[in-house]
Amino acid sequence: MSATPLLSLAIWVPILAGLVVLATGSDRNAPLARMLSLAGALAGLLVTIPLYTGFDLHTPAMQFVELKTWIPRFNVNYHLGVDGISMLFVILNSFITVTVVLAGWQVIDNKVAQYNAGFLIMSGLMNGIFSALDGLLFYVFFEASLIPLYLIIGVWGGPRRVYAAFKFFLFTLFGSLLFLIALLYLFIASGGSFSILDWHELPIGMTPQSWLFLAFLVAFAVKVPMWPVHTWLPDAHVEAPTGGSIVLAAIALKLGAYGFLRFSLPITPDASHAFAGLLVGLSLIAIIYIGFVALAQEDMKKLVAYSSIAHMGFVTLGFFLFTALGVEGALVQMISHGFVSGAMFFSIGVMYDRAHSRQIVDYGGVVNTMPKFAAFFMLFAMANAGLPATSGFVGEFMVILASVEHSFWVAFAAASTMIVGAAYTLWMYKRVVFGAVANHHVADLTDINGREFLIFVLFAVGALGMGLYPQPFTEVMHSSVNDLLRHVALSKIQ
Amino acid sequence: MTLADMQFVTPDLRLAAAEIFISLMACLILLFDLLVKDRKRTATFVATQLTLVAAALITLATSSGEISYTFSNMYVGDLMGDLLKLLLYVTVLVVLFYSRGYILEREQMAKGEYYALALFATLGMMVMISANHFVIVYVGLELLSLSLYAMVAMNRDSVPATEAAMKYFVLGALASGLLLYGMSMIYGATGTLEITAVAERLYTGQVDRMILVFGLVFVVSGVAFKLGVVPFHMWIPDVYHGAPTAVTLFIASAPKLAAFAMLVRLMVNGMIVLAQDWQAMLILLAVLSMAIGNIAAIAQTNLKRMLAYSAISHMGFMLLGMVTGVVSGDARFALNAYSSSMFYVITYVLTSAGTFGMILLLARGGLESDEIDDFRGLNKRSPWFAGMMMMMMFSMAGIPFFVGFFAKFSVLQAVVAAGYLWLAIVAVAFSLIGCFYYLRVVKIMYFEQPVSPTPIEAPAQMKILLSANSLAVALLGIFPQALMSLCAFSLLRSL
Repeated sequence: MSATPLLSLAIWVPILAGLVVLATGSDRNAPLARMLSLAGALAGLLVTIPLYTGFDLHTPAMQFVELKTWIPRFNVNYHLGVDGISMLFVILNSFITVTVVLAGWQVIDNKVAQYNAGFLIMSGLMNGIFSALDGLLFYVFFEASLIPLYLIIGVWGGPRRVYAAFKFFLFTLFGSLLFLIALLYLFIASGGSFSILDWHELPIGMTPQSWLFLAFLVAFAVKVPMWPVHTWLPDAHVEAPTGGSIVLAAIALKLGAYGFLRFSLPITPDASHAFAGLLVGLSLIAIIYIGFVALAQEDMKKLVAYSSIAHMGFVTLGFFLFTALGVEGALVQMISHGFVSGAMFFSIGVMYDRAHSRQIVDYGGVVNTMPKFAAFFMLFAMANAGLPATSGFVGEFMVILASVEHSFWVAFAAASTMIVGAAYTLWMYKRVVFGAVANHHVADLTDINGREFLIFVLFAVGALGMGLYPQPFTEVMHSSVNDLLRHVALSKIQ
Repeated sequence: MTLADMQFVTPDLRLAAAEIFISLMACLILLFDLLVKDRKRTATFVATQLTLVAAALITLATSSGEISYTFSNMYVGDLMGDLLKLLLYVTVLVVLFYSRGYILEREQMAKGEYYALALFATLGMMVMISANHFVIVYVGLELLSLSLYAMVAMNRDSVPATEAAMKYFVLGALASGLLLYGMSMIYGATGTLEITAVAERLYTGQVDRMILVFGLVFVVSGVAFKLGVVPFHMWIPDVYHGAPTAVTLFIASAPKLAAFAMLVRLMVNGMIVLAQDWQAMLILLAVLSMAIGNIAAIAQTNLKRMLAYSAISHMGFMLLGMVTGVVSGDARFALNAYSSSMFYVITYVLTSAGTFGMILLLARGGLESDEIDDFRGLNKRSPWFAGMMMMMMFSMAGIPFFVGFFAKFSVLQAVVAAGYLWLAIVAVAFSLIGCFYYLRVVKIMYFEQPVSPTPIEAPAQMKILLSANSLAVALLGIFPQALMSLCAFSLLRSL
């Protein structure tokens, strides 16, 4: 293990880069701000690479651990570390930040420095969430990350951006405030420790476990989002600028799911088993019902937003089957969704930048004017529908396999997404891309430029690479997932 | 009895050295001001600021860290008092700095009396902080209040200011009456007005409990009025709104420190034995304040008025720490709970001073700038100060990494530690509601276009000080440990 504080670098390099970018000030220095942001994002990605190359596959223990006292009065520590579950998300997040900076390169010409700084700072905060091993540190990053996204939606968003920004902020804050009380309860119950790892070992009776589980559930279900607390997501997605949508879908949604693995399952295993039926039920509703809701959408961004909810339903379903296959499938699905939904939102952004509409009816025959774009869009639409050889297939397939072991009907219901998902994605694709050129807006479209091509290639490498050869992604998870499941199988009631 | 038997003891003047110095200087500055010909009263202003600095040095020099009494046990010097006084000087100093430009633009306020009154108010707060006698608490409180009434009314051609002063005076007099009435009953029950002696008598049980609890209700009401918590909050919105912003800034900052000290002196030092009784009352006040403060703030369009309601809810939140000190007779958590309240008050004062400072920054050319709409598009006009204001709003809303989060966190952990889970849930529910109106200010600044894109003009020192104030809100949020420990340590050595 190297002595370099890699995780601290992963957190603070983007944040400091963000502050430097802010210092460039007004839009007169926009080119400089863009270059600095890209440099900051790349540096942020670079420092996370050794996390993968130096990762020890054979231990479930936390790696790259950093431990410093922060607030000794409440025994709060600056305690960082990653295991097989969280490490990939740190890298994914840093990767997405690079694409987001590139995606806003020409499109954003208003308050460029603030825009890019917002994303860089958010990237650092998100890395903090994934690597925090101290409950309060986690919470602090978790809440602080709301601020940049609130501003990004509100300043650079669409016509109903104010409503969407408020809804996003207040919904998520509502969830996390109960979470704070749960953390304080654990702090007192554990005799004054905020260490998440200590809490994993803490015996808790069934009644407090249930309450804790429900408090966690509210916080994470809002963030995932699960049906019925999902309504903020379509609004936030529709109004957010493209970069905001990419980060929201690729990273922010993962925070809730990650919270289940870090808090709910290991800290309240008995309650997790007791409530598993509820969670599986909610996940299936998300998969099937939200899938049909997506089918009815006329706004492309809304459609992809609903499809995100359905995909996240697979993630929560995988978690609450309590098998290695299910949890790993869910994790693969999370990472795959990061690439695929990010790419989908970027594709819609590419069209919106040219024609200023997200309505499906305003398009038709895009392939005639944007052939290169249509090819890439095809790839990601297929991945979104879960076509084999794309990353979208691997995770869904693993989760469905795991649910067959659990119950035939759950598997049957979950597998229906293969049809519904293909229906809403491909139907949208057909209406937008194929056919005759619908109107003069479409006729005026220009194909993607080099910058957009590069971003598509980055996403495509992720989505295809993971679909064809998932081994490098899954092998790092094994020990940690098995250890987690051992933990969940042990009762904490004494 | 001969004169020699009367045992004249010279009081230890060292403990009150800073108070004596401030009162002397206040009088001198009042006289000295007659000689100042300068319309801007720069000399008076500088003399006032130097007085505060000198007072801080005196307090530092005389602070022993031990609890000691003087003036026949009527006056106490301890670490908590010294810490609060030091913060008080700093707050008043900063407040006067912020107010400088504002009062210069108003003929009737740009007078030497303004500074003298500020010093007298400071003196009153110092007396409240160090009082160990009910009557001394009252004297300090009146000195503070009368100075404030005059300050509110100073801009005497302004109708809202005069109305606010009248309202403040009438309701304040009522509250003083309640307090005094309560004190007289406590005297009747215990036979003493000395706070530590009251505590002893209560402890040994030689009291008439009926009269005592009656008195307690009145004392709590009086204190609640000064804190501005529901249902004794009526004056807060009107006074905050009507008073000249410079004076609102004064009222909204330093006196909160003194009110906290008064709460500790009367309730904790004096009547900890009755903790069950006053805690029950304060819980009610706290919950009502958080509810009414946060909900009413949503409806406001005037920033001063919104901040007034926000102040009510913050004081309610602060009280949560005070009500969780003693749990079924067990005072194990007392230090933790009271120090969390102290931390809350200090950080609130810091943030509140900065927020009102921002309103003063925008108020130029004799015009007020206190509507929320006046902040419209501030990010276009000055990204730096929009950022500063945003930090303060998020801090007040309790979002990390700003100090307001740690203030709420430390109070909540005291509440949970004392086993009041329901109270913690109520508190966070109302902070969620509260979040809405702070977010709205951020929205106005960032999401909307400015009416006129004029850049902000203000003296450099004002800009620097305001920036330092806001950055302190952020820095204390990243490193809250030092201040938290300081609060805990000073209370440990004082209780």
